[in-house]
Amino acid sequence: MNLTLKIWRQKNADDKGQLVDYKVTDISEHMSFLEMMDVLNEQLINKGEEPVAFDHDCREGICGMCSMYINGEAHGPDRGITTCQLHMRSFKDGDTIHIEPFRATAFPVIKDLVVDRTSFDRIQQSGGYISVNTSGNTQDANATPISKIDADKAMDAATCIGCGACVATCKNSSAMLFVGAKVSQYALLPQGQVEATERVLSMVQQMDDEGFGNCTNTGACEVECPKGISLENIARMNREFLKASL
Amino acid sequence: MSGFLSSSIARKVAMALSALFLIFFLIMHLSVNLTSLFSETLFNHLSHFMGTNPMVQFLLQPILIFGVVFHFVMGFVLELKNKKATAVKYAKDNGAANSTWTSRNMVYSGLVILAFIVLHFIDFWIPELNVKYVHGDMSGLLEGTQDFRYFEELQHKFVNPLRVLAYVVSFVLLGLHLSHGFQSAFQSMGFNNKYTKTVKAAGKIYSIIVPAGFILVAVFHFLNH
Repeated sequence: MNLTLKIWRQKNADDKGQLVDYKVTDISEHMSFLEMMDVLNEQLINKGEEPVAFDHDCREGICGMCSMYINGEAHGPDRGITTCQLHMRSFKDGDTIHIEPFRATAFPVIKDLVVDRTSFDRIQQSGGYISVNTSGNTQDANATPISKIDADKAMDAATCIGCGACVATCKNSSAMLFVGAKVSQYALLPQGQVEATERVLSMVQQMDDEGFGNCTNTGACEVECPKGISLENIARMNREFLKASL
Repeated sequence: MSGFLSSSIARKVAMALSALFLIFFLIMHLSVNLTSLFSETLFNHLSHFMGTNPMVQFLLQPILIFGVVFHFVMGFVLELKNKKATAVKYAKDNGAANSTWTSRNMVYSGLVILAFIVLHFIDFWIPELNVKYVHGDMSGLLEGTQDFRYFEELQHKFVNPLRVLAYVVSFVLLGLHLSHGFQSAFQSMGFNNKYTKTVKAAGKIYSIIVPAGFILVAVFHFLNH
């Protein structure tokens, strides 16, 4: 298939940036979206032009690196996938595809389609862990009984790969689905109880300090999340926060 | 408390609490209004009680005004913060793919409701204050008669078709605002469980029935004055 790509090009964080049109031809419908981008970049390199910078790593939907806002949606039009799992069969011959970086004040553009998502790392570092003694006398995790329902819910929350699609798609650039998932995965387990109060307070504080917006419960994040993280996790975070504050 | 209210989640919860209070108030208000459809006497007596009872006037009314002002001010504070968080917009953004129009446009439906409240205050509340507290007439009677003035005043307000139209449009926007806001308030307060489907269904029913009731009152008096 032949496609017209409108791609956001921006030299660096200070550059104003603009959408630039590119044509790609003979794209196989079996290609992944990132492979299509590779084809474009080969064309650009062969012509002596600067290739388009974009994030990618595992290319199997588990690392959360690939971002991109494709035709007005985080990770493109399909559900429950990352951009590396998006295939060109989701588009038609002759289509024009808009490709933009994830937009949020807390996710500044580094170059082209690459954004700085270290704000998520700082939120995680502020409380997204449990303090466990690992000096040789660690207790076997299986020795602690946990109900199947709670274990499943904690696992569902822990599948968050921190890609940032929730922020990118939110009209308020809110990070509450991400933080809600990270708070929930510990709040549901006995191991997370000891530091529960400090965890939720400091993670929410860090989230606010990073400049993310406020959740208005549109539910867009849940729809666009490649791992199907539920809004229940935001409600649980809110409960945990109230419990810790009042 | 001000430190607590600087947190994004605390603000969401405060918005939700003020919203639930206003949702409850709308039922009270509509209940009184609906009596005007079938009993002039009952409407007059209820209006006189609400307008002169010290508990309603000096305790519940200030709480209500605080709730309304707080909901609007906090709504705009959050909107400004959200604008700052989304300084650069997408060239192409397909919001309709993942969320409802009403959920994305709460600030605009809210602004229409705010404009309506200004009109409503000019229509009813300010004249009431003027009669009762400036002229000191607490009798609730039509001048030179022994009849209550409330029903007469209500009918008089809905003679002008433009005012009726403004009321109808505002209540449609109120319905849209509530269709998202009702269930959103529960989610903000951390309520999301097996009863959420019921809450969402109740929110949809409420957001249709209550605005439709207010519209019915306005249109009824326009047609029957």
